Amino acid sequence: MSLATNGIDFGAAVPRAEGGEPGARGPERTHLAAQGVTVRYGRNAAIKGVSLKVPEHRVTALIGPSGCGKSTFLRLFNRMNDGIEGISIEGRVFLYDQDIYARDTDAVALRRRVGMVFQRSTPFPKSIYENVAYGLRIAGVRDRSEIARRIEESLVGAGLWDEVKDRMHDSAMGLSGGQAQRLCIARAMAIRPEIILMDEPASALDPIATARIEDLISSLKSRYTIVIVTHNLQQAARVSDYTAFFYMGELVEFAPTQALFTNPGESRTEEYITGRFG
Amino acid sequence: MSAPPSPALPSLAAPRGARDRVVPALAAACAFLIVAMLGIILGMVGIGGWERLSWEFLTTAPRNGMSEGGIFPAIFGTSFLVLVMTVAVIPLGVTTAIWLHEYARPGALRTRAIRLAVHNLAGVPSIVFGLFGLGFFVHFVGGGLDEFLYGGQPVYGKPGILWAALTMALLTLPVVIVATEEALRAVPDDHRRASLALGATRLQTVLRVVLPQAVPGILTGGILAVSRGAGEVAPILFTGAAYYLPRLPTRVNDQFMHMGYHVYVLATQSPDVEKTRPLLFATVLALLALTFLLNLAAVLLRVRLRRAIRR
Repeated sequence: MSLATNGIDFGAAVPRAEGGEPGARGPERTHLAAQGVTVRYGRNAAIKGVSLKVPEHRVTALIGPSGCGKSTFLRLFNRMNDGIEGISIEGRVFLYDQDIYARDTDAVALRRRVGMVFQRSTPFPKSIYENVAYGLRIAGVRDRSEIARRIEESLVGAGLWDEVKDRMHDSAMGLSGGQAQRLCIARAMAIRPEIILMDEPASALDPIATARIEDLISSLKSRYTIVIVTHNLQQAARVSDYTAFFYMGELVEFAPTQALFTNPGESRTEEYITGRFG
Repeated sequence: MSAPPSPALPSLAAPRGARDRVVPALAAACAFLIVAMLGIILGMVGIGGWERLSWEFLTTAPRNGMSEGGIFPAIFGTSFLVLVMTVAVIPLGVTTAIWLHEYARPGALRTRAIRLAVHNLAGVPSIVFGLFGLGFFVHFVGGGLDEFLYGGQPVYGKPGILWAALTMALLTLPVVIVATEEALRAVPDDHRRASLALGATRLQTVLRVVLPQAVPGILTGGILAVSRGAGEVAPILFTGAAYYLPRLPTRVNDQFMHMGYHVYVLATQSPDVEKTRPLLFATVLALLALTFLLNLAAVLLRVRLRRAIRR
C-alpha cells in the first residue's frame, strides 16, 4: 500500500524543520496520523475506524464523554496500549511517515520521541532532581553537567524552576499536586520529545493549578506538538488549536477549535458542547 | 425541646440478647488465651534459663558430655547456616517473584502452575524437606560431584553446611517469594507506566523504579526467612547438623552444630537429663532471643526504609 494513493500527506517529503521558529508559520505538517484505526478489547470495539491527522506544533484536543475512547486513542500514539490483555489494533498509525505499529518499530525508541503526561501526577519517590534526570539516565546520558543543564532547562520550561531550585535534592513527594504535575511535564520534556501527549493533565488539580498548566500548554506548542485529552470543554476551547470530538468510539468531528465550538458541523457535536448529553 | 412521642417508630434502645454479649466475651477469652500461652512459654523459658545465661555460656563450647560449658559452636553453626541459606534464597526468591509479578501473564497456565507450586512448597512438612535434601543434595548432587571430581572419595557426598543451607533455602523460598510479590504489588502501576512512557525498557523500569520501592518488603521477607531458618531443625537433621563437634566448621562441606538441634540433643540424648536441664532452658532462651531480635530487626528495617522512601 503506497502512501500517496491514500491522498494523505504524511509529510514524508518535507524535511524536518530545523532552526528558526518551527511550525509557527507556513503550511502545517502532519505530525501524527491515524488511518482507519479500530481498537478492540476482546469483542468490544473501543475505537471504530478513526482517521485523524495531528498537525505539527499545534495543540490538538480530544474531547468526548467518558468511555468514548479518547484516552485509548491517545495511547495509540506512544503504544501505551501494548500489553493490555485481549487488545487488538487494526489500521495504521504514523509518526511522520513511520508506521508506529510496524514490526520493526521499537516502542522504547518511539516513547523517547512521543512523551506522555498522565491524569494523576506520578512523581517517583526520588528527589526532584532524580525525577527529571530519570529519562536521561535510562537513555544513557552520563555527563553530569549535561544532565544538570537539561534538568534546569526542563524545569524552567515547565515553569517550576523558581519554586524548586533551592530544594532539588528534596523528595518529590513533598510537592503540591500542581507542582507534581508540572514536575511530570518537566520530566517528559527532559528527554526532548517532539510530541507530548497529555491525558487529562489537570483534572485532579484545583483551578489555580489548572490555569498554570493551561498557560504552560500554550507556551509549549512552539517547541512541541501537543495532543491533550480533556473532559473539560472550556479547557479544550482555551488551549487547543484543533479539537476532535469522539463519541462511542467514533470520531464525530475534527475541526479547528474555534469552528468546532462556534459552528459545529454535526448535530451530535452541538448537542455535546451545549451540554445536552455526556 | 422535648422529643415528640412517635410510637410508630422502632425504639432506638434495641433489646440486646444474651448472644450479643457472649460472643464478644468468647472472642476476648480466645485472644487472651493466646497471649497467656505465649506468656507461659516465655515465662517458663525465662525463669528456667535466665540463671545460666551468661557471656561465658554464649562464647564457650559444651564440656563434660554437654553438662557444662556453653553453646558457642551452635550459635556459630546456626549463623553460618542462615548466612549461606540467605545467599541462596534471596536471589532465587526475588527473581522468581519479579518474573511472576512483572513479566508473567497472570492467567497463563505456566504462571498458575508456578504459583501453585510455590504455595504447595510452603505446605510441605519440614521433615520431607530434610529427606529430600538428603536424597537430592547429599547423595545425588554431592555424590555426583565426588564421583566426577574426587574419584568417589566422600568430600561433598556427605552431610554439610552447604547442603543443609540449600535444603533450608528451599523451605524458606515461599516466604521470600510471597513477601517480594507483596512488595511489588504495593508499587503503584502508575509508576511503571510513567517509567515506560519515558522510554524505559521493562527491565529498566523494574530495576530503577519498582525494585527500589520494594526493597523494604523484600528485606522483611528475607529476615522472616532467616528467623524461620534459624529455628527449623527437621530439614538439617540428615543434611548437616552434628550432635557434637569439637571444632568449629570452616568449610561449606563441614558438619555443624545448630541451636535448635542442640535443644533436641540436650533434651533427649543427654546421659544425664537432670544435669543438662538448666543448659537446655538457657539454650532455648538464647534461640528465642535470636529469632525475636531478627523479627524485631525486620520490623525496624521496614519502618525505616518506608520512611526513607516516602520522605
